[in-house]
Amino acid sequence: MKRLQLFLMTACLLALPSLAMAAEIKANKTITISMFLVIIGITLSVVIWAAKRTKTAADFYAAGGGITGTQNGWAIAGDYMSAASFLGISGMISLYGYDGFMYSVGWLVAYITVLLIVAEPCRNAGKYTLGDILAFRTQPKPVRAVAAISTVAVSTFYLTAQMVGAGKLMALLIGFNYTFSIIGVGILMVGYVVFGGMKATTWVQIIKAGLLMSGAALLSVMVGWKAGFNPLQFFSDIVNSPNIQDHVSKLLLRDGITMTGEAAGQRFLEPALFMKAPLDQISLGMALVLGTAGMPHILMRFFTVPTAQAARKSVIIAMWIIGGFYVLTTLLGFGAAIHVTPQGITAVDKGGNMATLLLAQQLGADISPIVGDIFLAFLCSVAFATILAVVSGLVLAASAAIAHDIYVNVIKEGHADQHEQVMAARITSLVVGAMGIVIGIAAEKQNVAHLVALAFAVASSGNLPVVVLSLFWRRFNTAGVICGLVVGTIASIGLVMVSPNMTYPQKIADGAKKVITAMEAKQAAGEVLNEKDAKALATAKDEFAKNDGGTSMMGLKTPLFGLKNPGIVSIPLGFLAAIFGALAFREKRAEEMFDEVYVRQNTGIGMAKAVDH
Amino acid sequence: MATQTYDWAAIAKNPKFVELHHRKQKFLFGWWIFSTVYYFLLPIGAAYATDLFKIKVIGVINFGYAFALSQFFVSWGLAHYYAHVANKDFDRLTRELVSELAK
Repeated sequence: MKRLQLFLMTACLLALPSLAMAAEIKANKTITISMFLVIIGITLSVVIWAAKRTKTAADFYAAGGGITGTQNGWAIAGDYMSAASFLGISGMISLYGYDGFMYSVGWLVAYITVLLIVAEPCRNAGKYTLGDILAFRTQPKPVRAVAAISTVAVSTFYLTAQMVGAGKLMALLIGFNYTFSIIGVGILMVGYVVFGGMKATTWVQIIKAGLLMSGAALLSVMVGWKAGFNPLQFFSDIVNSPNIQDHVSKLLLRDGITMTGEAAGQRFLEPALFMKAPLDQISLGMALVLGTAGMPHILMRFFTVPTAQAARKSVIIAMWIIGGFYVLTTLLGFGAAIHVTPQGITAVDKGGNMATLLLAQQLGADISPIVGDIFLAFLCSVAFATILAVVSGLVLAASAAIAHDIYVNVIKEGHADQHEQVMAARITSLVVGAMGIVIGIAAEKQNVAHLVALAFAVASSGNLPVVVLSLFWRRFNTAGVICGLVVGTIASIGLVMVSPNMTYPQKIADGAKKVITAMEAKQAAGEVLNEKDAKALATAKDEFAKNDGGTSMMGLKTPLFGLKNPGIVSIPLGFLAAIFGALAFREKRAEEMFDEVYVRQNTGIGMAKAVDH
Repeated sequence: MATQTYDWAAIAKNPKFVELHHRKQKFLFGWWIFSTVYYFLLPIGAAYATDLFKIKVIGVINFGYAFALSQFFVSWGLAHYYAHVANKDFDRLTRELVSELAK
């Protein structure tokens, strides 16, 4: 039990966790499925429209460069905000108050790096993929191959976490079978990408962002209305809620601190109810601030707009949507804590992921039960659209790396006509999507929470250093790109493999041992165990037998590396490896071509037009 | 694709480009460092300046909450300030450079 609880708490930080708790939240199937069908209907008509307009590689990968800044801003927001941010962060706020809010900040600040350092240079100097930027003045074959591997790695980690979360969420909300949900989501995602390419993916993301913002805004208005639209009233409602006070008291008691009443309510608005390891926080912050700008599916979005000005505008619009969403999320999280109560939320899911949905159901039901059902159904379909939008973006990014970098540029050395390029892209998307479904099904029982942390770690330690150095440093070259990518990626993966993210059977056995000792002490004192205690003892004995003396996947009894987020170590390693690699193997051509890259990325002169029909 | 070939090294030495590049570099890296430092004050402050974060500012709202919220406004403000400077200065310099090259 303790293990599961611990896991859920970790998981709610970064991804949708295993939602295996006894569910008390059940959406109205008829209304929810009808809304799903409406979303599927709308998105599929977008795909049919887009498929007719997808003839060239530029259409497929970059929507022909015909997306406007505003559209791209909405699509970036839709691509970025996963179900974990939609459900996980509000859940964290509803249970741990301030820490959840603080956690959300990094996801917006990350876009300052995107705006100032990568968006416009990538638009000016890039074409379809990360490989295009990195291969500009280096030896294209090895660089593209390594860049493609890193892109596929990042996208697969992220995709697996999303797929598993999707399957669990659908099972919990509507009672769909896990495998059925994954196949359903997978088929839609493959359909969008294979037939509609970037155009369809963009519009699915825009639709999703619109739905998400309307859902969040509607609920926020209802929460605000309850507090008479008075922010001060809202915050004193939090502090004065007996349920929150009681919840905080219990949390603090675990650390041996006694605090009750209003002081406990006030404590909910102060840090460190959840995040007790500042270094891990800082490390995660580094991965967010630098990793977002190194995410292949985010970088790819800047190739869809015609100019650097449009790229700039799209980041600013995305920042308003994303930031606005997190501000509303705070309202929803605190609102759920006031109205649903932390006790009500944890009864359904220990990690708090159902907080927003429960809030919607309850505030709606206050008007009339059917309104509650409709609200819940609407938010379920927002979650559904969210999953579809995020996974489609990831499949597209991974396929572009394989088809454009590996097949067209490494294997065919750039000699492929438009028809062949689009064919290759479509077949690759189909294969990548099918792999996503298989991995999603296979990973049902796996701990996937660390995979999102891993994706951000690789993007920040592997991809970002080499992108920045390629664009801004004259001496950077082939060896630098390869060293940076390889070392950054391996360091991230290696550190996560030996971190507390993994499952350590010995730790579980030790926990079980404590329960056994406590229970046996009770028995020795002549006490007859009640049903609950007897059950706990049996489970503990079972767990102890299964896990005692066991080791983690890496053969470790305890973590070698103490942090869950490797960024603070792996990011400097990635930068150093890239710099030393470049200095150790000087390359004249790369240095001579720097003027060209630098002028292009700054001015857009000689820009490879995405519209090359 | 570009139909014209450019002498990149010459453009890189063009005074207009040099001015553009200096101004951009100063702005971009300067403000990036500012924003990063401002952001990391949040987790560091939450961990090590707990007494400061507890101080109530308005009603029950404390400094920590106000500071976290300020991160959003600082980010939005910086984004718009950048857009303003880029639209006004960087784009103008780029246009002047391009038209000079077209002569």
